[in-house]
Amino acid sequence: MIRVVLPAHLRTLAHLDGEAQLQVEGPVTQRSVLDALEARYPMLRGTVRDHVTQRRRPFVRFFACEEDLSHEPPDVPLPDQVATGAEPFMVVGAIAGG
Amino acid sequence: MSRVRVLVGTRKGAFVLTADAKRERWEVSGPHFAGWEIYHLKGSPVDPDRLYASQSSGWFGQMIQRSDDGGKTWESVGNEFVYDGVAGTHQWYDGTQHPWEFARVWHLEPSLTDPDTVYAGVEDAALFRTVDGGRTWQELSGLRRHTSGPSWQPGAGGLCLHTIVLDASQPERIFTAISAAGAFRTDDAGGTWQPINRGLQSQTIPDPDAEVGHCVHHVAMHPSRPGVLFMQKHWDVMRSDDAGNAWHEVSGNLPSDFGFAIDIHAHEPDTIYVVPIKSDSEHFPPDGKLRVYRSRTGGNEWEALTEGLPQSDCYVNVLRDAMAVDSLDSCGVYFGTTGGQVYASTNGGDTWAPIVRDLPAVLSVEVQTLP
Repeated sequence: MIRVVLPAHLRTLAHLDGEAQLQVEGPVTQRSVLDALEARYPMLRGTVRDHVTQRRRPFVRFFACEEDLSHEPPDVPLPDQVATGAEPFMVVGAIAGG
Repeated sequence: MSRVRVLVGTRKGAFVLTADAKRERWEVSGPHFAGWEIYHLKGSPVDPDRLYASQSSGWFGQMIQRSDDGGKTWESVGNEFVYDGVAGTHQWYDGTQHPWEFARVWHLEPSLTDPDTVYAGVEDAALFRTVDGGRTWQELSGLRRHTSGPSWQPGAGGLCLHTIVLDASQPERIFTAISAAGAFRTDDAGGTWQPINRGLQSQTIPDPDAEVGHCVHHVAMHPSRPGVLFMQKHWDVMRSDDAGNAWHEVSGNLPSDFGFAIDIHAHEPDTIYVVPIKSDSEHFPPDGKLRVYRSRTGGNEWEALTEGLPQSDCYVNVLRDAMAVDSLDSCGVYFGTTGGQVYASTNGGDTWAPIVRDLPAVLSVEVQTLP
């Protein structure tokens, strides 16, 4: 089970209390985790990554295992601790703006 | 007994203010979508409990929310606004060409006849429409593809389509306004568009009477008198008596003809309201006095309405979508400020009182008169 921590505003949108827990088939990557997140919570489509380009929105960051993975290509496998559920994949709103 | 519902969009959420027809005691609901910018929310004229809200954030982009119970509960609907075909480019601040990029929805205009049909004015400027209650949105790209499109350039607030006026007498006619391109009209339901800016004079562009390039701030039309339009431009209050084919200035004795909001009395189509703002670089009322100006003559002759409004040390702004009227017998007039106040008049503007004083900066005010 993949654990995803969302910022408060996205938890509110998704009516989610706490972490999202997702089943991901195949390699655990940014893309496969976000695909699973958006399939389970369709109201989040467009909020983390662009509808068309599928690129991360500029003020959204991806952290895991105390590393900033925001600039990793979307198909690179995430750390084993994320794939095993030991650590969460964190979607973070950047510290910027009001 | 009739009721009034005031829909307020702010920098940090939406608020719903309700009262009975006396409009003395108000119930405040909100913030809805706390922390998000709510540029605009508006109800369907044919199903007043059907509301649509534009919710956006610099972090998480655009959401559209829909309520089917007058704002008690909300549902996220479609938020995919994709330009039709190759988006192309428009003029950027430095004169170079810049790709059309969707940023946010500024204005939602529900259809006059179908609660599932809504028009959305967006930044970068384009007009979208849903016919399925907001689940999917399609661009009416004839507007953006007008031959003048590559010459459109953003105003200080972005290249935004902020005004949509529907005409009940001619369902295929729509008016829009874009900062800083000007006003446009379609007579074929959005297929083709023509600029309607003849008579506008803007000293802030190289050719003051150019066909496009004017920073139109807002346009209002009374439903009983289609074709008569009132416009608050960047500078100048304007009037057209022929659906925008030609405009003439009606600023008259206003202390400043800069401003954003303009609206029309519900029962008197020649009674119009503006809130003069000092200048384009000083977005506050002249002399620190918050005054609504009313013309009962369709422009040119204006009177200051001050009773109940702060007449010293007031430096708020009133934005383009932040004024509205109800349709009770004694017409109510409402406006919101960037200081977070929403003022109401129950007598056509003669006297004013705040409904709320301390909201986040108000971006939009709409009013529903309920049976």
